[in-house]
Amino acid sequence: MLILTCPYCGVACDETELHPGGEAHLKRFGPDASDEDFEGYLFQRKNPRGVHFERWRHAYGCGKWFHAARHTVTLEVFGTYPAQVFEPPEKIRAAILAKLPDWETGA
Amino acid sequence: MSDPLIRIEDASPMGMVTLRAELNDGKAASALAFSGLEIPAPHQVTGTPEKGVLWMSPDELMIMTLPDASDAMVATLNEAFEGTHSLAVNVSDARSAFRLKGRDALVREVLAKLTPADMRPASLPVGRLRRTRLAQVPAAFWFTGDGEAMLICFRSVGGYVFDLLSKVAEEGTEVGYF
Repeated sequence: MLILTCPYCGVACDETELHPGGEAHLKRFGPDASDEDFEGYLFQRKNPRGVHFERWRHAYGCGKWFHAARHTVTLEVFGTYPAQVFEPPEKIRAAILAKLPDWETGA
Repeated sequence: MSDPLIRIEDASPMGMVTLRAELNDGKAASALAFSGLEIPAPHQVTGTPEKGVLWMSPDELMIMTLPDASDAMVATLNEAFEGTHSLAVNVSDARSAFRLKGRDALVREVLAKLTPADMRPASLPVGRLRRTRLAQVPAAFWFTGDGEAMLICFRSVGGYVFDLLSKVAEEGTEVGYF
């Protein structure tokens, strides 16, 4: 059972109150992008055994989308943060590195 | 004659106006103060189910009125927020409301059977709102007093919610957790 704290309203949500949105921080390439770039945006997803950044929607509450960093094996949650960012904020990275000093390689 | 754990009453009709707007720039506060209402702190409830405000999300309030006063409330809000990015809608007919009464521990237990929310008195004291899931549908509830809670949900699932509450409040089903 996963419990994520919504960074907008602060409710500690049970997994069943949320809607999963898949991998976070995908980059969509603009006009004139190559077929490979578009294919990557549409289909290529990370599936790590380890730290994963995800999108979640607080569907049964405030309705906002947010991001979460968690470990796919231990289910440890490193933190949640608002969705208006292109990459994980420094605080989240620090929380991950504090637990997993040799992370970063797979990021 | 069965003796349910708690009493479940239909509290409809209840006047409800949903307001989406920037809530922190003072405009909302003065608009509501004009109607004798107060903006609650996050997750809190101010006033009463006849005249009160629920904090629904960082940019959304639910204003409770008497059933025949909701249209006037919409007009007041539209006037107050004219020219800003905002939305005030009378959703009275789109919501069902229930009043739950009984021993405080049993009211909490009945809800806890249906929702993942933390129902302990310390986590959900009187006057704190929780929007969450009730079995398969969204709902929001708050305690108005010891052993007295209000619950709102979409009207399209009002019958389902009433049946759910009735089922888990059947005689002899108490767990005794709280």
